[in-house]
Amino acid sequence: MASITSAYGALLEKALKEYDESGAARKVIIQVGSATCEITAGADRVRAEFDKLIIASGRDDILLKQVGCTGRCAREPVVGVFVPGQIPAKYEQVTEEKVHSIFQSHILKGQPVTELILDKKSNRLYDHLVTICSSSQCCGDKGSALEARLLKAIEAQGVPSESVGIMHSGCMGLCDSASDPDQRVMMVFPEKVIYRFKTDAELAEIVTSQLKENTILTKYVTHTDRVLEEFFKQYGDVSFFNRQTRLTLRNSGLIDPESLTDYMLKDGYKALPWILKEKTPEWVIEEVTRSGLRGRGGGGFPTGVKWKNTTLNDDPIRYVVCNADEGDPGAFMDRSALEGDPFTIIEGMTLGGYAVGAHKGFIYVRAEYPLAIERLENAIEVTRENHLLGKNILNSGFDFDLEIRLGAGAFVCGEETALLHSIEGKRGQPRIRPPYPSQSGLWGHPTMINNVETWANIAAILLFGADWYARFGTEQSKGTKVFALAGKVKNTGLVEVPMGTSLREIIFDIGGGLEEGRTLKSVQTGGPSGGCIPASKVDTPVDYEHLKALGSIMGSGGMIVLDDEDCMVATARFFVEFTQSESCGKCVPCREGTLRMLEILDKITMGQAELADLDRLERLARLVKHTSLCGLGQSAPNPVLSALENFREEFEAHITERRCPAHKCRQLLQYSVDADKCVGCTLCARRCPVSCISGERRGVHVIDADKCIKCGECFNACKFGAVLQK
Amino acid sequence: METVTTHSLPPDIVEFIEACKQQEHSDSYLIAVLHRIQGQFGWLSEDHMNEVAQRLQVPSATVSGVATFYHFFRLKPRGKHAVSVCLGTACFVKGADRVLSAFESELGISLGETTQDGLFSIEVSRCIGVCALAPVVTINEKTYSRVTPTQVPEMIRAEAEKG
Amino acid sequence: MKSVELIIDNTTVSVPEGTTIMQAAETLGVKIPRLCYHPDLSLEGACRVCIVEVEGVENFLPSCATAVRDGMKIKTNSPQIREARRDLVELILDNHPKECQTCERDANCELQDLAYAMGVRERLFEGKRKDHPKESSSTSVIRDANKCILCRRCVRVCSEVQGIHNLSQLHRGFDTVVAPAHEGAMADSVCIACGQCINVCPVAAFMEKNSTEDVWAALADPKKHVVVQIAPSIRAAIGEGFGLPVGTPATGQTVTALRRLGFDQIFDTNFGADLTILEEANEFLMRVEKGEKLPMLTSCSPGWIKFMEHFYPEMIPHASSCKSPMSMLSALIKTYYAEKQAMDPDDIYVVAVMPCVAKKFEIQRPEHMMDNGMPYTDAVLTTRELIWMVKAYGIDFANLPEGDFDTPLGFSSGAADIFGTTGGVMEAALRTAVETLTGETLEKIDFEVVRGVTGIKEASLEVDGKTINIAVSNGLNNAKILLDKVKSGEKQYHLIELMACPGGCIGGGGQPYPPQDYHVLDPEVLKMRARALYDIDKAKTVRRSHQNPYIQRLYKEYLGRAGSEKAHELLHTTYEAREPRGIK
Repeated sequence: MASITSAYGALLEKALKEYDESGAARKVIIQVGSATCEITAGADRVRAEFDKLIIASGRDDILLKQVGCTGRCAREPVVGVFVPGQIPAKYEQVTEEKVHSIFQSHILKGQPVTELILDKKSNRLYDHLVTICSSSQCCGDKGSALEARLLKAIEAQGVPSESVGIMHSGCMGLCDSASDPDQRVMMVFPEKVIYRFKTDAELAEIVTSQLKENTILTKYVTHTDRVLEEFFKQYGDVSFFNRQTRLTLRNSGLIDPESLTDYMLKDGYKALPWILKEKTPEWVIEEVTRSGLRGRGGGGFPTGVKWKNTTLNDDPIRYVVCNADEGDPGAFMDRSALEGDPFTIIEGMTLGGYAVGAHKGFIYVRAEYPLAIERLENAIEVTRENHLLGKNILNSGFDFDLEIRLGAGAFVCGEETALLHSIEGKRGQPRIRPPYPSQSGLWGHPTMINNVETWANIAAILLFGADWYARFGTEQSKGTKVFALAGKVKNTGLVEVPMGTSLREIIFDIGGGLEEGRTLKSVQTGGPSGGCIPASKVDTPVDYEHLKALGSIMGSGGMIVLDDEDCMVATARFFVEFTQSESCGKCVPCREGTLRMLEILDKITMGQAELADLDRLERLARLVKHTSLCGLGQSAPNPVLSALENFREEFEAHITERRCPAHKCRQLLQYSVDADKCVGCTLCARRCPVSCISGERRGVHVIDADKCIKCGECFNACKFGAVLQK
Repeated sequence: METVTTHSLPPDIVEFIEACKQQEHSDSYLIAVLHRIQGQFGWLSEDHMNEVAQRLQVPSATVSGVATFYHFFRLKPRGKHAVSVCLGTACFVKGADRVLSAFESELGISLGETTQDGLFSIEVSRCIGVCALAPVVTINEKTYSRVTPTQVPEMIRAEAEKG
Repeated sequence: MKSVELIIDNTTVSVPEGTTIMQAAETLGVKIPRLCYHPDLSLEGACRVCIVEVEGVENFLPSCATAVRDGMKIKTNSPQIREARRDLVELILDNHPKECQTCERDANCELQDLAYAMGVRERLFEGKRKDHPKESSSTSVIRDANKCILCRRCVRVCSEVQGIHNLSQLHRGFDTVVAPAHEGAMADSVCIACGQCINVCPVAAFMEKNSTEDVWAALADPKKHVVVQIAPSIRAAIGEGFGLPVGTPATGQTVTALRRLGFDQIFDTNFGADLTILEEANEFLMRVEKGEKLPMLTSCSPGWIKFMEHFYPEMIPHASSCKSPMSMLSALIKTYYAEKQAMDPDDIYVVAVMPCVAKKFEIQRPEHMMDNGMPYTDAVLTTRELIWMVKAYGIDFANLPEGDFDTPLGFSSGAADIFGTTGGVMEAALRTAVETLTGETLEKIDFEVVRGVTGIKEASLEVDGKTINIAVSNGLNNAKILLDKVKSGEKQYHLIELMACPGGCIGGGGQPYPPQDYHVLDPEVLKMRARALYDIDKAKTVRRSHQNPYIQRLYKEYLGRAGSEKAHELLHTTYEAREPRGIK
């Protein structure tokens, strides 16, 4: 019988052979994103167009590849073009038309189409791009000092300054040289080498060799974490990415999510055979515990402790579960992770199964994520075929299999006991804990539930070690966290940063800040269970404890940026409306209390409330928080309580002045036409979706207030300032 | 004695249920079965649910309780053109509520309703993951991005013309 | 067992490990307010009324579901808890009709009591209220979802105790409603009309279909000869409705009260019970002789019969063809008695006072109609309805003199009295069947093995050289267990007594709501009611059905022998498979 080593060896050999035969190392690679969001934005059509052009060109040295989502939502579809020896180019918002110019110019003639480049900074591609670390956690302002030194060296060595671009990045994971604070690192594209040096003399040597003579100076070359390095090599030239630290999403956007080979070539399935052969389940649990990983689903419970608890009772039947019921409206990191790198979830769960002695696992996914489901189904099938799942995995004697179960549109199923009920085919209503699922879960057996992001870290933690992982993050909150950055920020998308990164860095450095003329008012984290953090707290480091202290939570990672045009009452109302409609109806405070809260918020936004209603609202919020059965209810008042604490004056303006300071609450708005200013251009009437504006051409127009739905289109349309909004 | 007394499900679904019956905890496949039926018929009828109850041996009230709990399941046929306005946070922040009002006002129906002629229905979704293009509206399979209230009448006209 | 020491409201208590905070507080004589909690049903933890403050825990914890820990410091009535409890009860009340004064459960309502005790004297949060139609399609059970407070006791009793699973919560959140599948009509559902949902409901979301107006009208109609019969279990429970201690037999007061109400003849369903025994024993002995259709299943409980028709239609041939005692007696009233009195049966109005709401269904079955389409039984009153009529009339029940039933249909043996408790039919049948089979008189006629309120009882008896395997069940979940064993061949019984309700008729769906200090389905209450029946039996001289002289005369004068053609015409019935089919 073959050993684990030889079984894995055979698989790896097959993957290497496949890679070799594809010739990927020598070919031009065109990467097109293929996650749901990108497909919605047109990625499928873009890929088909490239495919046509490649065939028509007759070239056999071009590889068209689908990869997962990189998280650059606002600029999708994103296409990466990797020409050997050139700085990789990422194109944004690619359409079928743009495909033609990219193909003609860049692929065929080697001339990048600079005006289409993602986050374009200049009109040309540099010959070399140097990224230097400016992470606030390690290098900080040493980054700007290094830039100055570098510029000096470039000038001194006679390198044409326009041929070199300099960028600042987040942590590349190289700062383990803390023992030697004078060490510096930088990464040079397109060679994708990392140099480590100390003195100006060394720097000059590197500049001469690398930037002037195009020769890699191997004696200063260093390697960082393989995990981080891969991502940096492909995306380190874009500031949105290079300020991030991609552990969870390490493969998203790099590999073809349908290819086990791709995954294996990125160290996938390296941890599993090694652990099955050499390590005990107890060791796995110990390692996960030592890593300091905490549940990424929102609660932040120490993952290792949860794993340990699952093994405490001697029931021989145990289960592991992946909670992929991402229900926060506006959060999509789990979807992206599943769509971009499904194999790592499967490997992680298999390792988890081994650790707690489970032979069966369930992945509970929202039905609203068809592509994620498809990718998972494919990955399960492929891993089964390759003996990485099923009976006697890799000849180890360990049996483990997975089944996908679909949710059906219930936010509350993200709560673990509700989720278990749903897997059991029941109404997804939570039950009282204890017993915790680790004691009595699916069909009464010990069940270990972790969410997607937690699972996505497992294989990496076990392969690279708990110590490696614990280097990232803060004392209490280790590792990284993925956020879905949305709202009034320029670069919306997925962002993965070390725990402890400040909100400011996320919003301004990675997110690119707000649109011109707008000011930051609040950051809402944790979705419907979280709170509204005021702009004054924007330097708060993001970790479990700090967010909780601000009345918010980490949650699953939704992060909504609100500006001065957003009404905090309306925002609180939005979230309460959400939790109210998602309440399962089981316990009284959540079922009845959230509706009463919503009714009061309705009164406030309609200008019908009195000040005493604020006390009632607060009393109800406290009641719901303190007496609800499950986490959904207990956290439902957070958006209201935090808004009341930080923005009480806005609530009061709605009540005492019958005015919405942000002009957001429609019932408090009135539109009318200033007869003196109206020139009768008819534009407002044409824009009105309900045809409530009348008036002759060149005559003064009138708005019928009864029919008006207060959508504001007329106000936005009028070029003469004649439509008044009050 | 005949235990299944309703016959409304097509053979492939009956087969799927039979396969589920062979599995451990067969009643846990209820949601999966309902997904299949809705996938084929677009909604769940009482007859369908009653037959599922009998075949899967899950009480009808339980089937009904599950089907009505999850918002994904539809208990009546939707309109031929199913308008779905995303009310995820990103879309809300960018004015999706105004777009929804425009649809309601233009079609003369409220959220969750279908027009008398059965052509249009309005529902909401919670984040379809295209936050960057907010606010988004889907009509059947087609996604409209950065929708403004002004565009709504035209969108409806265009859909109606498709017949 | 390990004991745990904790402090509740500054008092140290020591309780066994695993005790809940609620139970621990009870040892101090503190009954923490509660609503959805029911000791015999699964834990719900949904109403949150029983919350307490535990030191070091930010949120309030439900005392019904939280186990005590060593050193716990608990406050059951801190200002914060008092406010939260008040507010929770107000939230329930705010979504409940303001109809207390016109509600059937006014002054007998757990929510009302709670609102009073929690001091809800004003409404702070009122708003939208649910609006569902009242559903009254069923002959027996009316569902008023507007009154429902979603404690799920009915859902739990329907599935956990009765195994019917007819009720579920449908929809979710504020729209949640308890109903049969698809919010369909109860009449078209698998509801077996046992009425346990009514029993456990803390409010009036489930009520029996009220027949008192029909009965008042008949009593007031000079053309009607109004005859009443009362079921065995009524006498053991009715006193509770008038403040008598649980388990007080009240046969004589009931008879007098019925006379005061104006009934023309007062008969006893017990007579029908004695008759049932003769017919059923005869049927059983014939089956044993032929060795066919065994086990034989008893047929007195209409809830069980409807259950069989929905859930186990394949067992129909096994059911005894005997009508229930009530229906046998009603049939005799409109034939034998009418003939004796030379009355037109259509002028006779038969009222049956039953512990049961399924009886309201039974009397409308076509099998229980006369040839002219008129029912043998015109109205069924539950114990609760009779209590209300007596109160409405102003009768001082507790102080009434004891009256006697009318003859001939009011005389019964002690065997008939125990029909009202689980195991009673079996014991009565054994008294007759064993003596018939052996031809000898039993010395000891108390069959202790079938007594007690346990869900399933089994025994094997040696009779005349034969082994007779018997089983007794109450609560239909237990019936399922027994029948599945029969179907699988695991058990070979000869005779099975099946009662739909927990404890048999004494725990019927039409019995009084439990008095203070007891809960619905409380085994203590059931035991005391059963004790009352056994005591009545014991005090009688005639304790065997076949020794009832009026029964003997009935056969001689009218029916011939047990199982005769005439007996079949009047006393036996048929069953049919019913839709929708229940899920076992």
